[in-house]
Amino acid sequence: MLSVSLQHALPGFGLDVQFEAPPGVTVLFGRSGTGKTTVIQAVAGLIRPDQGRVTLNGEVLFDTTRRHWLPPHKRRMGYVFQEGRLFPHLTVRQNLAFGQWFAPRDAKRESLDRVVELLGIGLLLQRRPGGLSGGEKQRVAIGRALLAAPRMILADEPLSALDEARKAEIMPYFERLRDEIGIPMLYVSHSAAEVARLATTVVALQDGKVQRQGTAAEVLGDPAVMPAGVRAAGALLQARVARHHSDGLTELDAGGVPLFLPQIAKAPGSVVRIRISAHEVILSRQRPEGLSALNILPGTVEHLRTGGGPGAMVSLTTPAGRVLARVTRRSAQALGLDTGAECFAIVKTVSIAPEDIGGG
Amino acid sequence: MLSLRVSIWATLAALPLAVFAAYALARWKFPGKQIVNSLVHLPLILPPVVTGYLLLMVFGTKGPVGGALQQIGIVFAFRWTGAALAAGIMAFPLMVRAIRLSVEAVDPKLEQAAATLGASRLMCFATITLPMILPGLIAGTVLGFAKAMGEFGATITFVSSIPGQTQTLPSAIYTFLQVPGGETAALRLTLISIAIALTALLLSELLARRAANRAGGR
Repeated sequence: MLSVSLQHALPGFGLDVQFEAPPGVTVLFGRSGTGKTTVIQAVAGLIRPDQGRVTLNGEVLFDTTRRHWLPPHKRRMGYVFQEGRLFPHLTVRQNLAFGQWFAPRDAKRESLDRVVELLGIGLLLQRRPGGLSGGEKQRVAIGRALLAAPRMILADEPLSALDEARKAEIMPYFERLRDEIGIPMLYVSHSAAEVARLATTVVALQDGKVQRQGTAAEVLGDPAVMPAGVRAAGALLQARVARHHSDGLTELDAGGVPLFLPQIAKAPGSVVRIRISAHEVILSRQRPEGLSALNILPGTVEHLRTGGGPGAMVSLTTPAGRVLARVTRRSAQALGLDTGAECFAIVKTVSIAPEDIGGG
Repeated sequence: MLSLRVSIWATLAALPLAVFAAYALARWKFPGKQIVNSLVHLPLILPPVVTGYLLLMVFGTKGPVGGALQQIGIVFAFRWTGAALAAGIMAFPLMVRAIRLSVEAVDPKLEQAAATLGASRLMCFATITLPMILPGLIAGTVLGFAKAMGEFGATITFVSSIPGQTQTLPSAIYTFLQVPGGETAALRLTLISIAIALTALLLSELLARRAANRAGGR
């Protein structure tokens, strides 16, 4: 359990956060410039915050009131940087082994072979980082952090320097870290898709403050939390794979409601997490008929949020879980979408994007 | 050959200090950094004779440091060790400049990464910074070595030009040119000096290229 309490002056605003990261993956979620990286760097010991205290499993990493400061090399935090930061003068194998030299003898270690196999980097071992692709570099960086026998993995937007295809390539490795190695992780991200796929706990930051902390479904389903902007808001649902159809669609069962999406590589019966972006949802008061969309969720309006703009965020309770819909204020009024109103959420099949489908 | 011994000792002794000074100037922030920087560069700017005279005052047998060192049996003035000291001090700024540039080229983020992997500052330096500045280090060493070989003004002021004891290559050439019929001997020494300089340059090019290839990650 990592426990963080920090105050630090940043240009333009003050960072003031308290949170706890239980075992599993805790995602620090928020748009750029909310102080996420500052928090994770302070945990690693790379910057000294003005004030604060961080403990890991009861051990104090630093405490400004007691003038206690453990230098970064004694904290044993495996840091995965945004841009890899592999050592250019060493081979991939030497990069991987780097942290092993310094790890304490009695630490629980992963073997080089296991990590190499887990990350699929066996063919790269003799090469130097200069010749690797972005995705390969990041896989080596994950392995290097893991082999230093860390007590925790800190990942600072490890996917943001990669294109979509590379992101999809790396994401499963973080899932394997979570599920197979079981190492606790603090993961910084501004992407709702990454949160939906990886997070056990989400800490949403806004303007240097913790806005909300909870499970991934709670935080992403809370219309008040839109740290990455309105377009990123969306609900997280659990569903079970019901069957695969011959026309290339997979049918899911979400709390009794059938949902269809392009075929996914999961066996029937397995449970998946899906994300439904708020701006991909259309609302109707009557059960729609003669519509091309396949996915229709009946629900009740839980509440309606309006801001200064023309938009409104409607939060619905459905048998599948909470669903968010982004509509205009005008249509919300025209439909009479007040708390308790019955309506139907229409989700276009294609709007459940493959990158948003994660094992869970 | 005295000249080689003097220059090698001068370069070897100055190297660790130059690396330390270069690293400190490139990486650390500390009060009086500008003053330290000026002090390092002083021998480059001052007339060599002035440096030599200052050395004589400080390290001479009657100087504050020289007197103290004499008590424990170390004498610089008018010995080959003095020639090495003078050459080392004159070479120092050139070495610091070359090495500092290469330290600045090393991304501090790599040192941070090494720290998160458990490397202490010293280990960071030994495993990351040092291998990466190797090309600059070699270039600086050769430059320093060349300067030490060619040092004349400070050396002749501090330790004079005693044949077999403190007479380095340049001061020998100078002495030969002062006497009639010494041209042949001077020419011979000139050729030797050219040969040493070229060998050092070629060797360093070779080493630097290999080091640069490694540091470049290929």
